[in-house]
Parts: sequence; structure tokens; C-alpha cells
Amino acid sequence: MELFTNQVLAGIATGAIYACMALAVVMIYQAIDHLNFAQGEMAMFSTFISWQLMQWGLPYWVAFVVTLAFSFAGGIAIERVLFKPLTKAPILTQVAGFIALYSIINSFAGLTWDFTIKQYPTPFGSSPFLGSQLISTHQAGMIGITLLLLTGLYFFFQYTRVGLAMRAAAAVPESARLVGINTSWMIALGWGMAAAIGSIAGMLIAPVVFLEPNMMGGVLIYGFAAAVLGGLTSPFGAVLGGFLVGIFENLAGTYIPHVGNEMKLPIALALIISVLVIKPAGLFGRNIVKRV
Amino acid sequence: MTALLNVKDLRAYYGQVQALHGLSFSLNEGSLTTLLGANGAGKTTTLRAICNMVRSTGAIEFEGKPLNNKSTESIVRFGIAHVPQGRGTFTNMTVEENLQLGAITRGDKAAIVADIERMYSYFPKLKERHTQQAGTLSGGEQQMLAVARALMLRPRLMLLDEPSFGLAPLVVRDLFGILGRINRDEKVSILVVEQNAQLALELADQAYVIETGRIVMSGAAADIANDENVRKSYLGY
Repeated sequence: MELFTNQVLAGIATGAIYACMALAVVMIYQAIDHLNFAQGEMAMFSTFISWQLMQWGLPYWVAFVVTLAFSFAGGIAIERVLFKPLTKAPILTQVAGFIALYSIINSFAGLTWDFTIKQYPTPFGSSPFLGSQLISTHQAGMIGITLLLLTGLYFFFQYTRVGLAMRAAAAVPESARLVGINTSWMIALGWGMAAAIGSIAGMLIAPVVFLEPNMMGGVLIYGFAAAVLGGLTSPFGAVLGGFLVGIFENLAGTYIPHVGNEMKLPIALALIISVLVIKPAGLFGRNIVKRV
Repeated sequence: MTALLNVKDLRAYYGQVQALHGLSFSLNEGSLTTLLGANGAGKTTTLRAICNMVRSTGAIEFEGKPLNNKSTESIVRFGIAHVPQGRGTFTNMTVEENLQLGAITRGDKAAIVADIERMYSYFPKLKERHTQQAGTLSGGEQQMLAVARALMLRPRLMLLDEPSFGLAPLVVRDLFGILGRINRDEKVSILVVEQNAQLALELADQAYVIETGRIVMSGAAADIANDENVRKSYLGY
């Protein structure tokens, strides 16, 4: 029983990271109807920035906040420079754009900081949380920061004018323009926020997976799985999907024989395919009906 | 009377297809003008061209200022509220959020709250349902919501695209009565596009008749309603 509880709690902790990645993916999907394949690399790059800042002597939380701001601005810049000109391009062109972005960021990070893995600090320490052996302080910190982030986002979208405008622009762009919302900038803002959310995921998971240019590959696949499971049109579903996938991953690794670390990724992919076959809109997503 | 909206030689295109062929008309401050015509005559395109939602050439002036080449969202800030065909409701948001979105370009918080209450007094049904998702409203209620959302801008000019479409006759009467009141009491000029010519002519003071992208008739609404030839050849009643 203790093993079970332990695995569930650990699953919730990594699930928090998947939830963040899924949320970042969903935010961009809502705005432009495409998956951002480079979301993980953007998060990895942000994490390197924070590491570099700490190498230069900044305290953790200062580096954390500066990295958030950098990622937000970077996300907006990527949208303005790369994807705004592609708005009306065919879908394959856009996908090519995402893949280009993926390799550019990955190679650039490798060139700058090389591919050897690096230790990444945690501000929470890794002692037992509240004296319990079930969960470490860093895992508790991951969950805590994620919950804080989710609450903040909820209030932003529900109770602020900009949040309302962003939701309107994503839901019915033409009507949004007719009430005076600059939908193009709302998309850019969505990119900025997605990049910032991704950077939080990167900085929180880096102490666990270690810092290197390919650190987010697996995490992003799990983020995709979470988003698909919860429904690509539902931010709430994506978050719940993140936690479910995290728990599922850990329990499968513990209780199904032969499922070790090597089999974890195929499990995520199998999950994506099963959801797409059984319930394509995900648990909480809306079925999209397109007029042709 | 001065012209609030002046349209000269308007030509609009969908891809290679030309939909408007040099259309000119004007709308006086405080007037309730209707644009009539059959299906495909170019009524909707005219409204869309005013808000720069379709490629067009020609001059469009609002209070003497040119609107050409302004983006749709910046044209709204001139005080032009467009209720599009199909009403443009944000269906998965609440009634109240829809109203707030109508005022999203305004900064005066207290006045916005007061305006929402004012809309509820115009449309009591909306107050009853203010926490409901807008998509769950009936067609008539959604049209009321669309008009209320447009008024939340405190517009100088309201563009309405077939507000009667798909509504029961009684609901249409109700709605047109409210439009008349808004025009009189709130001093909002209105340009309404309609297929229901009879009703629109009762409501409006000025009327234009469009056929295949050109104005073929214009004048006081009462005169056009009384002209049997016009009625028979263009309006079909």
C-alpha cells in the first residue's frame, strides 16, 4: 500500500509538469489550431537561460523570474517573426515552421552549452516532505508551484478584461474583431504565456531529468498525451490529463512487468493512439464540426 | 442634416469575383436607414466592406474621416458596431460576458456596469439568463443579445445584418420595436440590411434598394413602400 501511495504521489508530481506542458500546448492550439512541436525545446532553452543566470551568480528565484519574463518576450517574438507571416500558409508549411524552430533551438542550445548533462538546483531541497517518506520536498514544490500557476491562470482568464478578450479571440475570431479586439496580438500574447508556462515546467523538471538539450523530448510527448487525453480544446481537461498521465506512467512502471524506463515512452504513444481511436475529442473536449 | 456615413463608388471582391459594382449611398446622423434587395444582391457585402472584412475599393467616410485600409478592430473604435449575419454570439460564454465583450474597447468601468443594467432593462430576458451560456438562448434571445452587445460599445452607428432572419414574426415585431426605440432614445444611427422589406420599410426613414451590386432606387422609406412598381419589381410583395 505504501508503494502504491508513493507511486501515486510521485505520479502527481511529474504529472504537474505534464499538466504545464499540456496547458502550454493547448493555449497555442486554441489560438492557431496547430500543435507546437517546438514547445518542449522552447522550455528547454528557457531552462538553460535560468541555469546560465545562476552560473553568473544570480539567486534561484531572481533567475526564475527573469527567465519567466525572457520566455514571455521570446514567445511573443517567435510568433511575430515566424508564425504571423505564416498565418495563411498551408498546414504543411506551418508544420515545417514548427520543426525548423525545434531543430534551430535544439542545435543552438547544444552549440552554446554543449550536450553533456548538467546538474540543476532545486530551491526546495530533496529531503522528505514534512517528515514523510512518501514524497520529497522538491516533488511537493513542483505540485505547489503548478497549483499556484493554475489558480493564477484561472483568475486571469475568468476575471480580467485581457483574459476575456483572449478567450473571445480564440473562440470566435471574427466576432472578436467586430467588438474591437486585436486578435493578432491576442495570439502573440498566447504564445508568450505558453512559453512562460513551459519555462516553469522546464525549470521544475530539470532537477529530476538533468539539464541537457534533449531533456524535454519525453516530457513533451507526455504533455501531448495529456492534452489529447483531456481534450485539445479544454485547458481544464489538459491539466487533468497531465495529472492522470503522470499517475498512469508511474503505476504502469511499477506494476506491469517489463515496463521499465525504456517502455514508458511507447506507453504514452499508445495512450495517444487509444484516445484518438476511442474518443477523439478527449475527455473534456468539444467535437469540432467544420463547415466545408 | 449632415451625412454620418458616406460611401462612394464602392466595389468589393471575393477573390476574382466582383460583388459590388460602384455603389454609392449616404446615411444621415440620427437616421434609421435600410438597405433592401434580394438574395445575393450585395447587402451583406456592403456591410462587410464598411468594416473592412472584404477587399474593396472606393471611398468610405465616417464623420468625414476615411475608413479605407483601417483594420476591422480599429474601425470599431470609431463607434461603429456591426451585428453580423448569424449574430456572432460567443456561444460558450455567458450572457454577461458577451455584454462585457461589447464594451471591451471602453475603459470606464463604472459606466460599463451601469450600461449592462440598462441593457437588462431593455431586454429583461437577458437579465434572467445572465449567467447562462449564450449558446443555450433561443434564436430571438440571441438576436437581442447581439443588439445589446453592439449597444455596449455606445456606438454612433449600428450596422445590422438581417436581424429578422430565422425569427418568429412576433419576435421580429418586438425586436424592430426596440430598434426604433434605440434609434430615438439613444440617438444611435442605424443601417439595417433586410430581406423582409415590408417590415424594414415600416421601421426605417430612408431606404436604398440594391440589385446585383448597384443601388437601383433610393428615397424616403414611406415613398418606396407606396410605390407599387418598386415593390413589385424589386421587393416582391
